[in-house]
Amino acid sequence: MGETFAIKILSRAAGKKVREGEIVFVEPDYILTHDNSSAIIGKFESTVPGGRIRYPERVAIVLDHVIPAASSKHASGHRKVREFVREQGIANFYDIGTGVCHQVMPEMGLVKPGSIVVGSDSHTCTYGAFNCFATGIDRTEAAGIWITGKTWFKVPPTINIDLTGAFTAGVSAKDLILTVIGDIGAGGANYMAVEFNGPAVGGLRICDRMTIANMGIEMGAKIAAFPANIVTSKYYEALDIPITSAIWSDYDAEYARTLEYDLENIVPVIACPHQVDNVVPVGEMAGMKIDQIFLGTCTNGRVEDLKTAADILRGEKIHSSVRMLVAPASRAEYLKAMKMGIVEDLVSAGAVVLPPGCGPCLGAHQGALAPGEKCLSTANRNFKGRMGEKEAEIYLSSPETAAVSALSGKICDPREVLK
Amino acid sequence: MNVFHYPQKDINTDLLFPGKYTYTCSTGPEIKEHLLEDLDPSFADTVQAGDIIIAGENFGCGSSREHPSLGLKHIGLKAVIASSFARIFYRSAVNQGLLLIQSPEAVEYYTEGSEVTVDPVAGEVRVGDRVFTFPSLPDEMLEILKDGGLLNHIKKQFAPGAGV
Repeated sequence: MGETFAIKILSRAAGKKVREGEIVFVEPDYILTHDNSSAIIGKFESTVPGGRIRYPERVAIVLDHVIPAASSKHASGHRKVREFVREQGIANFYDIGTGVCHQVMPEMGLVKPGSIVVGSDSHTCTYGAFNCFATGIDRTEAAGIWITGKTWFKVPPTINIDLTGAFTAGVSAKDLILTVIGDIGAGGANYMAVEFNGPAVGGLRICDRMTIANMGIEMGAKIAAFPANIVTSKYYEALDIPITSAIWSDYDAEYARTLEYDLENIVPVIACPHQVDNVVPVGEMAGMKIDQIFLGTCTNGRVEDLKTAADILRGEKIHSSVRMLVAPASRAEYLKAMKMGIVEDLVSAGAVVLPPGCGPCLGAHQGALAPGEKCLSTANRNFKGRMGEKEAEIYLSSPETAAVSALSGKICDPREVLK
Repeated sequence: MNVFHYPQKDINTDLLFPGKYTYTCSTGPEIKEHLLEDLDPSFADTVQAGDIIIAGENFGCGSSREHPSLGLKHIGLKAVIASSFARIFYRSAVNQGLLLIQSPEAVEYYTEGSEVTVDPVAGEVRVGDRVFTFPSLPDEMLEILKDGGLLNHIKKQFAPGAGV
């Protein structure tokens, strides 16, 4: 039998043949941290006072979670990061306004096919979209890797998700990944790698791959990865970065489990409170009044997502009973949206545009909810209290569903508008 | 000694420590105040060193924030015994030196009021009148746990005379 992506990439990194269940030590190509770097700096300095980062060129820091600073305490954290970056000579530092870390890392060419990336953020799995072995770690481990340059992984078994067909009108990548999570559950891929294979992979755009890989963690996956193909080649050509290390599973790889999805059969879905695997067809929730709509995040804040919404809202007005917040995933995506007239369409319709960053997703600032309010969000988590208020409800959907629902202030099936 | 019993599956990191505090609280005492705030508001006031949490499947799923594992270690929790753990939380607990025990049998056997004791060296959990064994961690992780967490483990490696 052949080998999976996880076995092959970890074998290459460890410099020996590895097998499932084995613990291997590897040196990640990049270590991402964000606003939480200020806490990581404290750990680094107390462990190796006056020490230097082992490989500063492998460290990337993006300030994105609470930007601009919401309080003096947040501002002090940001300042500590800026000072440390200067002291340690960290070149890959991206200050507020550059964008959400998971959008910025690929944009800056820091995640390359076949590389191993860790980040002190659970959605680091997003880089699986680019054929990376990418996964989340905690702050302590990030401090440890700054010091030693290495960490360990247990070689995971793999779930193969085989995709055929093409999406129908009004249905998109978010509906697919929510459907998968609803099917296998919040812990369905715990400790496992997930590979996306099959003929439909060739038809997915980079933004679709990112939406899908981003939510791998919501089913517990260690990584969620795609093969490099013509779509990836074009992305890296535009960045003028040669692809030299792409790697993928053998055609006869042995999987723990294979799931098959025909994209033709995927329908618009919503994850209801307070779990991402609480997934139902949008139709079941149609007509439910919502108070806030949030379009953005590392899951669905790219220009394609904003365009989807603008195409629906152009020349229309958001219903007076609902407010709509839009946070572009990065400055680059924001600029593209401005040049395309998308920002004008959204603002004219009544949307409030936030700076490129995580925005209200994590509940620390911007667009918090009041008790009892309902938010329809294109983000990746609807946990109780996630948006700052435990008595609020968060529903997760595609940008299509979010935008059509903005027109009536009630949850609406996008296929009723997009035919 | 108290046993806190949360049998539901998929208890996520926001329930263990709300995200709104993640960039303003990072030390043990700051974290303790908000531990399990949206799951069990009485936890922070009643928990004591040596206590045990018993939980269901996929405990700690969601964010990579380390506040739950760091906070539980800070208060001196003896162990979390769960049917299963989410991987980032599991890894984070090792990094903090917090003992996690995966034993679906022990969780299933537990009823309110049962006495629970843990022997990490023998790899045994006693629930009432029954003893359940749990497998030892791989050596690499055991070393980190024994040293009291990843950074203590690294400190030891970097100590004068450690040969690194």
